[in-house]
Amino acid sequence: MSLITSAIGQGLLWAILGLGLFLTFRILDFPDMTVEGTFPLGAATAVALITKGMNPLLATGCAFLAGMLAGLITGLLYTKGKIPILLAGILMMTAAYSINLRIMGRANLSLLGKATLFKNNFLDSLPQYFDGVFVGMIVIIIITVLLVFFLNTDLGQAFIATGDNPTMARSIGIKTDRMTIMGLMISNGMIAMGGALVAQNNGYADVNMGIGIIVIALASIIIGEVAFGELSLSQRLVAVTLGSILYRFVLLIVLQLNFSANDLNLLSAIILALCLLLPRFRKFLHFDRLIERSVRNDQHN
Amino acid sequence: MTNTTSSVPLLELKHVSTIVNAHTPSATKILNDLNLTIYPGDFITVLGANGAGKSTLFNVIGGNLAADEGDVLLHGDSVKQETEEQRTRFLARVFQDPKLGTAPRMSVAENLLLASHRGQRRGLHLRGLRSHMAEFKTMAASMQNNLENRLNTATGNLSGGQRQALSFLMAVESKPELLLLDEHTAALDPKTSQQLMTTTNDRIAQDHLTCLMITHRLEDALTYGNRLIVLSDGKVTYDVRGEEKKQLTKEKLFGFFDEL
Ligand SMILES: Nc1ncnc2c1ncn2[C@@H]1O[C@H](COP(=O)(O)OP(=O)(O)O)[C@@H](O)[C@H]1O
Ligand SMILES: [Mg+2]
Repeated sequence: MSLITSAIGQGLLWAILGLGLFLTFRILDFPDMTVEGTFPLGAATAVALITKGMNPLLATGCAFLAGMLAGLITGLLYTKGKIPILLAGILMMTAAYSINLRIMGRANLSLLGKATLFKNNFLDSLPQYFDGVFVGMIVIIIITVLLVFFLNTDLGQAFIATGDNPTMARSIGIKTDRMTIMGLMISNGMIAMGGALVAQNNGYADVNMGIGIIVIALASIIIGEVAFGELSLSQRLVAVTLGSILYRFVLLIVLQLNFSANDLNLLSAIILALCLLLPRFRKFLHFDRLIERSVRNDQHN
Repeated sequence: MTNTTSSVPLLELKHVSTIVNAHTPSATKILNDLNLTIYPGDFITVLGANGAGKSTLFNVIGGNLAADEGDVLLHGDSVKQETEEQRTRFLARVFQDPKLGTAPRMSVAENLLLASHRGQRRGLHLRGLRSHMAEFKTMAASMQNNLENRLNTATGNLSGGQRQALSFLMAVESKPELLLLDEHTAALDPKTSQQLMTTTNDRIAQDHLTCLMITHRLEDALTYGNRLIVLSDGKVTYDVRGEEKKQLTKEKLFGFFDEL
């Protein structure tokens, strides 16, 4: 039972990454490698500030800002510097590694005995692992509501159009460079915040904690799509969270088969690859209709 | 048709040249000292052989391509330094390729809503799609190709003709000061093409739009508009308007235009 609770909590916390990556990978339609650097950047920023005595909520906010800054740099390299997005992301990710070491002063920094967002009288009174579920749930609800609102505004629609057809977007006066930079900033801000929360939940930040996280974030997006099929945009955001939780369940099952935690990245990659291959198998089996990756919003507003 | 042209120019191209592969042996002028004055209410059909520079002319007007020499004036003021996005406050375009003009994963109504804010700042206001639906339905019905029943369909699932009709609606819905049509009916089958051409002409007349229309069909160039220009080697080599244009025949045009 506690294993399941833990998986749900982890799924909710990591869903923040899935939602962040959704903005770039699905809406802007490109893979942003920056996230492998911004996830530990958020963790390092928050943990370093908390150990210096800062309020955990404020420290998590600072992590968000640090992530936005990283997204801004990748965005400028890509839009103004005309560096291909994959390379721009890798440059920022590589730079972030050194920056993270500077921020923490070492490779691993513990939060032992410090205040975190997961420690207060109420959360401590809950059964084991329910703190993760509770905090994760609140954060995911807030983020999902804000994103649904944003994507339904004129600005959000311009952002979606930029990813869908940049030529058309420019031809109706949308400043596509700005939209791209904005998307990268929000996305990386969210991913850094995810890093800050995961670090507080784990009780430490590690400079290597970003390795492979893009695969995990993608897995939650793709599993959500495979499991729930054709949805409106708002529903797809919810599907990312459910996909993230499903992914944790799959991991839980696989880990029961005597794999060790060291095998995690291998397992993540295999799970993601299988999900990505699934539509092909379906086609092969004459289920021809691929999942329509809609960015249409619900039509009711 | 009330194409009353006034004498104050809307847009002027003065001695415009664009050079590709500058500073290399293969440097060429695509537009070569081109001059063109467009008056409000003008509906100009643009003819020219492949490679004459017609699309390049549109790109220079639209800000997709810089004029290396010369100037582009709107109401007498230079807009040469303005970006493509900035110029959308007075300009709208329809491309030949139906895929270029619409966002494929967004619905027809969402595309129409996006284009209704052409050239404006887009902020954090709720988009208010529902309050526009009746208006969009009427608008789409004017295209007479069942578009009004597909308002909630993803644009990528429309037929080429419907998609191009949508691109056209998106271009004209905010009544731009200048409309550029680059062979916008060329990718469609003859019947659909003819229908879009008719609705295009009706809409231009009804809203008194100023328009440049590139076409490769001589009949269309003769039938529509109050003015006709021929481009060759990056220059305007023929320019007729009004009565003179009405008198023009296919045979006479061939004289200027023997490449076709
Ligand atoms: N970016 C470019 N680089 C080199 N040549 C170009 C470029 N764009 C257009 N051209 C050339 O300029 C000429 C005019 O092109 P274009 O304006 O597309 O002609 P049209 O639309 O009249 O068919 C063509 O010969 C084309 O090959
Ligand atoms: Mg052309």
